[in-house]
Amino acid sequence: MPGHPQLGTKDWLIRVVISSGVVAGIWGLGLGVQAGLIEYVQRIVLLCGINIILAVGLNLINGTTGQFSIGHAGFMAVGAYATAFVGVKLAPGVAAALGAGALADGVVFNVALLVGALLSGVAGLAVGVPSLRLKGDYLAIVTLGFGEIIRLVFNNTKALGSATGYFGDSPAGLPPYTSFFWVWLWVVIVVLIVRNITFSQSGRSLIAIREDEIAAEAMATPTTRLKVTAFTVSAATAGIAGGLFAHMQSGIRPEDFKFEKSIDMIVMIIIGGLGSISGAVIGGIFLAVTLELMRDLQEYRLVLYALLLVIIMIVRPEGLLGTRELSLSFFKRKAGAK
Amino acid sequence: MTRSVTTPRSPLLALEKVEKIFGGLRAIGGVSFAVEPRQIFGLIGPNGAGKTTIFNVVTGVYQPDGGRVRFDGEDISGWPPAKVAARGIARTFQNIRLFRSMTVEQNVMVAGFRIHKAGLLSAVLRNQRYMDDEREFRRRAAELLDIFKLKELAAEPADSLPYGSQRRLEIARALMLSPKLLLLDEPAAGMNSQEAAELEKQIRFLRDELGLTVVLVEHNMSVVMAVCENIHVVDHGETIAEGPPALVKEHPKVLAAYLGEESEEQAVAEYEAVSRPFHDKPPEPDHD
Repeated sequence: MPGHPQLGTKDWLIRVVISSGVVAGIWGLGLGVQAGLIEYVQRIVLLCGINIILAVGLNLINGTTGQFSIGHAGFMAVGAYATAFVGVKLAPGVAAALGAGALADGVVFNVALLVGALLSGVAGLAVGVPSLRLKGDYLAIVTLGFGEIIRLVFNNTKALGSATGYFGDSPAGLPPYTSFFWVWLWVVIVVLIVRNITFSQSGRSLIAIREDEIAAEAMATPTTRLKVTAFTVSAATAGIAGGLFAHMQSGIRPEDFKFEKSIDMIVMIIIGGLGSISGAVIGGIFLAVTLELMRDLQEYRLVLYALLLVIIMIVRPEGLLGTRELSLSFFKRKAGAK
Repeated sequence: MTRSVTTPRSPLLALEKVEKIFGGLRAIGGVSFAVEPRQIFGLIGPNGAGKTTIFNVVTGVYQPDGGRVRFDGEDISGWPPAKVAARGIARTFQNIRLFRSMTVEQNVMVAGFRIHKAGLLSAVLRNQRYMDDEREFRRRAAELLDIFKLKELAAEPADSLPYGSQRRLEIARALMLSPKLLLLDEPAAGMNSQEAAELEKQIRFLRDELGLTVVLVEHNMSVVMAVCENIHVVDHGETIAEGPPALVKEHPKVLAAYLGEESEEQAVAEYEAVSRPFHDKPPEPDHD
């Protein structure tokens, strides 16, 4: 998109107006969803949003940068536990200061989510720095290990409920902070951040690393630094998704973040098309819906799941969108495309 | 500071007894040469002579096992590739390494990372600094694409370009780094005589108009003889001749290396090199 030559106060004002409109729109939609849909469907709508955050975040490292992480459930777990724990500890203090209610809940939830994102980002940094210095598939092996280790850590941490899971301090379990409004607001924020990174000089360099790391280095690209940055951002978004996921239910268990969860995320971005943000969005929604539809099939669900993947690999190996993005011009171009 | 006195014509790039050993194979065995500023310098030799390995040592893809590489008065031996590139040495690759799925324009813009000012936060906020960066990169990329007659193809994916254009795109991308020294690894490979003649003009343009120093590895002798002012010939990783084209062309060792008039010793050495086990060969498929 051709940028404005000068970015004036007017442009920022337009941005503020658009943002406010989007926030109001999500708020309105949320009210509609709450009034019009049964609770079961509402839950799927929330899961769709969380999946989108997971898929779009994972796509930044697996799709755009081409460095395969297969342990993102671990970062989701860090975010989930951190958000839940911080939220529970913070709630009484904030409620006392602001008075119990939607405002206090919103403040507590978002501060907790940010702490969760920060901690999973730090975890991402710790995993990324040693493994991304190397070329090749080391990241896959290290993240696989990390995902399992982090799950076992939570499984054995008494303060976080060990294998039973963490349900907060009250017998009612974790407070149900996760609403349509917060989930989809975070979807917009995460998608916007990832999109703006992808379509910038840094994003171009990330794609260059995917395409040819040796050539990227020869073009003075600090490849390790960029890979680690992308991975950290990706881990942080998984943390946010984890936090939103945690407060959707009364508690979180280590088994919610098993290896299968990481595979689910990879399936989302492969279905949508590796390297495409809109593809990740579609993949995230697709998986939330199909997993729910197939819930009654119990174990056979995995068979169907595998079959589905095989069919996609045969019919459309590049995923639904390939590396393309959905936009208005995409639909216009479609008629004349190859 | 015991820095040696820099004469007005101190070399821009100097290799001092550079060595590179892969397992039991001595890919470069103590090669020394100096490239003066604003010179077009040819590095030639038969296949497997070690030319690309020399490029890879200079650009930091390989660490030298001995000797030193000096660039612009600084010892850059063993620097990582990105640092060497940022210091002012740009290169192209023998087996074209473009960012294939990206557009022609984006390929060039990638090389602007070194001078970009807008960090990640600017990119996320899409603020003024980001806008300025993007505009500046677009402008510079357009200039370079114009020079290399690629402007009309700016929005095309790089791998849809014909071979000759891909080679020119690689040069345009390298120039986005605003280098002092440009290393071209077989830029005329796969070009027809008309494209090669055009390339000769472009290489002279780089030196005459942009003030660049160019080092060229090339098998197309008519291109080498036409553009290079100084030629360095290597064979089996060792220097066999050096000098202006007219002299090098007549040098008996060069003729022997190219036409196969080998002495018995050389034949034995070659036989030994061939009969070494495969795992001793360089790991990179990028060699000659």
